[in-house]
Amino acid sequence: MIQYFSLLLTAIGIYGLLSQKNLVKLIVSLNIAEIGVNLFIVSIGYIEKGVVPILSSENNSSTLLFVDPLPQALVLTSIVIGVGITALALAIIVTISHSKGTIDIDELTERGGAEE
Amino acid sequence: MKRIIAGIIALLFFFTMSTVLNTDSQTVSGIPRYGEFDLSERNSHSYVTKSVNDTLKEVKFGSTTDAETGSANFVTSIVVNYRSFDTMGEVTVLFLSATGVGLLLGGDKKRLLSPIKASPIVKTAAKIVSPLLLILGVYVFTHGHLTPGGGFPGGAIIAAAFLLLVMVDDERRAPAMLKVLEGSMGLAYVLLGIGGLLISGSFLQNFLPTGVVGNLFSAGLIPIVYSLIGLKVGAELSGIVDDFVSEGGDNI
Repeated sequence: MIQYFSLLLTAIGIYGLLSQKNLVKLIVSLNIAEIGVNLFIVSIGYIEKGVVPILSSENNSSTLLFVDPLPQALVLTSIVIGVGITALALAIIVTISHSKGTIDIDELTERGGAEE
Repeated sequence: MKRIIAGIIALLFFFTMSTVLNTDSQTVSGIPRYGEFDLSERNSHSYVTKSVNDTLKEVKFGSTTDAETGSANFVTSIVVNYRSFDTMGEVTVLFLSATGVGLLLGGDKKRLLSPIKASPIVKTAAKIVSPLLLILGVYVFTHGHLTPGGGFPGGAIIAAAFLLLVMVDDERRAPAMLKVLEGSMGLAYVLLGIGGLLISGSFLQNFLPTGVVGNLFSAGLIPIVYSLIGLKVGAELSGIVDDFVSEGGDNI
């Protein structure tokens, strides 16, 4: 079920990327799609009745049934890179807004043609 | 019309990907049914039992000594030990994006003033809460090998403490030392990697004793590397916050 939900989130993100004209909304769509993909990767590592992959005084032996730690490690990397991409994209949007006065793709295309 | 086409493409994506689910069988290797697979058939099993190079034996919390990596948290042992090179690339990506934000927005002495004045209650509370947040951040990244968390969440908590200070105080700017801290922490990470290359024969390989699984002073390089990453990420994200509130960008 959660796998279908994560695919649905990714599909919503793709719809937003294709249909929106506002640059900030494009970044939001990209983040929604990214969350869907991350959720899907983590869900691949889930095992029925598996415990959190950390040894502690309660789960104290490596022979227990743990959920797969590898997808979690990959998603940790993916989240951090997502933060970097979002920050850089927002900085570029702020710069565009300062110099052109708009962040709508259609208006930007028209103005770009007029100024040249 | 464009929206309808976009909706159709998104739906097509959803149905295409849905057909791939639950396709793991004897003849085809696809995506297994949710919650049903055998961990011992996957690569992750050798990470859990710490037997990538060692022989397979049981790892007990609090008693196993000199395991392959002494980390009680398997995710941390993958991120900072088995696949540390990946993490170095990740830190580089974050560094590049922080530099890009600084290039586009930073460099201005003045900063944006918030349109709403923060109330005295919030100002006083922020002064109490932000040191506690700093301590929490340091706790999270120094205990990354024992508890959930690690360098990246710890750094994000430190940046949150800085964001709180920036939001209540219109004069607050990031200290210039942050850029130095960020750079020197990255350099220290690379130097540790070169140390591994010289002592153990492989870049970023552990060269310290791994100790008892579950102790604070265990797991060799992992707490050191995660502390470096935590400080670096905290400085980087605080720098990004500082660049976003500066008044730069007008002159480009």
